[in-house]
Amino acid sequence: MTHAAHPSPPPSEGLRIDWTRCTGRGVCAELLPELLDRDDWGYPLPREDGVAPRGSSAAPGRGGGIPVPRARRRDAREAVRLCPRLALRLEHS
Amino acid sequence: MTVLDPTTRRAGLLDAAEPDPDAHRGRHGPLPEIDLVTELQRAGLTGRGGAAFPVWRKLAAVSPRTTGSAGPSTRSTFARRRAAAATGPVLVANGAEGEPRSAKDRTLLTHGPHLVLDGLEAAARAVGARRCVLLAHPDVVERVRPAAAERGIAVVAGDGGFLDGEETAAVARIEGRPPVPADKTRRLVERGIAVLNVETLAHIGLVARRGADWFRSAGTADEPGTMLVTGPGGVGEVELGTPLPEVLGEVRGPVLVGGFHGAWLAPGEVLRARLSRESLREFGAAPGAGVLHVPAPGRCGLVETAEITTFLAGASARQCGPCRNGLPALADLLHRLAAGHPHTAPEIARISALLTGRGACHHPDGTVRLVRSALRVFATDVDAHLRGGCLATGQSSPPHAEAPR
Repeated sequence: MTHAAHPSPPPSEGLRIDWTRCTGRGVCAELLPELLDRDDWGYPLPREDGVAPRGSSAAPGRGGGIPVPRARRRDAREAVRLCPRLALRLEHS
Repeated sequence: MTVLDPTTRRAGLLDAAEPDPDAHRGRHGPLPEIDLVTELQRAGLTGRGGAAFPVWRKLAAVSPRTTGSAGPSTRSTFARRRAAAATGPVLVANGAEGEPRSAKDRTLLTHGPHLVLDGLEAAARAVGARRCVLLAHPDVVERVRPAAAERGIAVVAGDGGFLDGEETAAVARIEGRPPVPADKTRRLVERGIAVLNVETLAHIGLVARRGADWFRSAGTADEPGTMLVTGPGGVGEVELGTPLPEVLGEVRGPVLVGGFHGAWLAPGEVLRARLSRESLREFGAAPGAGVLHVPAPGRCGLVETAEITTFLAGASARQCGPCRNGLPALADLLHRLAAGHPHTAPEIARISALLTGRGACHHPDGTVRLVRSALRVFATDVDAHLRGGCLATGQSSPPHAEAPR
């Protein structure tokens, strides 16, 4: 896909976590270390220095999800595909 | 439970409630045919279960008859409307009342069940509902069964648990699944399901008969009408915008506003606060489902908060990791804080930040709101506890502990 195929800017994407499925296996944090840290119990946590401030409406679980920069989209898709609990989704916002 | 005299200037819900079906029909007559969704939009009635969502929007969202006035038309709106039109929406009357300090829904279902059922029937007619279900707290479920059966409304007994009334948990119970909150990927209205608190429905029952102007004759311009409140003296009906001291009567001291997911107000704040979202916002609080909890005289607010947090940790559905792990950790820290352990408050702040926005439902966020408000309102008392004292009990405080800081 080339930029010529995108005359308008592509929609932004957000990573959304289904907390009822997530068991903190950590695959997503391993694949997206720039975006995700792990909390005290191993569950994915958006990095404070990342694009999604913790506790904002962009926090995972509700709302728009964790914004994924263009450069990380391939890794984000990989994380969605490899999550052993199928707890991740990429959503267009 | 005590039912208090309403403070409202106009006769409202508690006045209109008739437990006997014939007396109810004789007094109120049949439900008139009106454009209910438009009337509710004019009335400005918001949900009385805690979230204060505009009721007309919720009904419009599940109504296959609505033509897009409820919000921007999107692909999902279209698909949802098509699906809802095919099967008809489902309306759920939520009388689960899981909030431990709330008694207003049970009071209403006991004293005025027909008013609730009128509202359900009027709403069902307005949206062309194919099914109505009443979820009732176990204390009152047998009392409402005959009245509901008379109108062909199914009744499901809740378990009285804290999360029972969370709307996706309520729907799961009705559908025969384990009653726990669901991930919000697909909103309930997209499935054609609207969950409405029983008090909200009783207001609908009156708006359907008396109209929007009557409803707006109480309350404020932005937050019209009345709401039921469970306070230190029992259940009462209060106009939105009423000063809190007027609602509380002689009671003084810190007040937990909005229930266990609510926020503490300091005694001085209580004196200038009103029962409205606009007034309470300044203190990080909201009327919620109308719970005003006042600790017993001499009771320590920090100990009270620690015990409530322990209760909330136990009430977790244990589905989401941050809630399952974080709430017990938070409760433990609060007990340590109340016991005077040093360096506890920063750790409470850190764990609180870990929980915000990280769950399928509002339970971690609501708990964090309570805890943060306690640290703010009882900040001076935290220092007293660190020195082995307590401002509320006056227990073994060194002389300087009560000095203004």
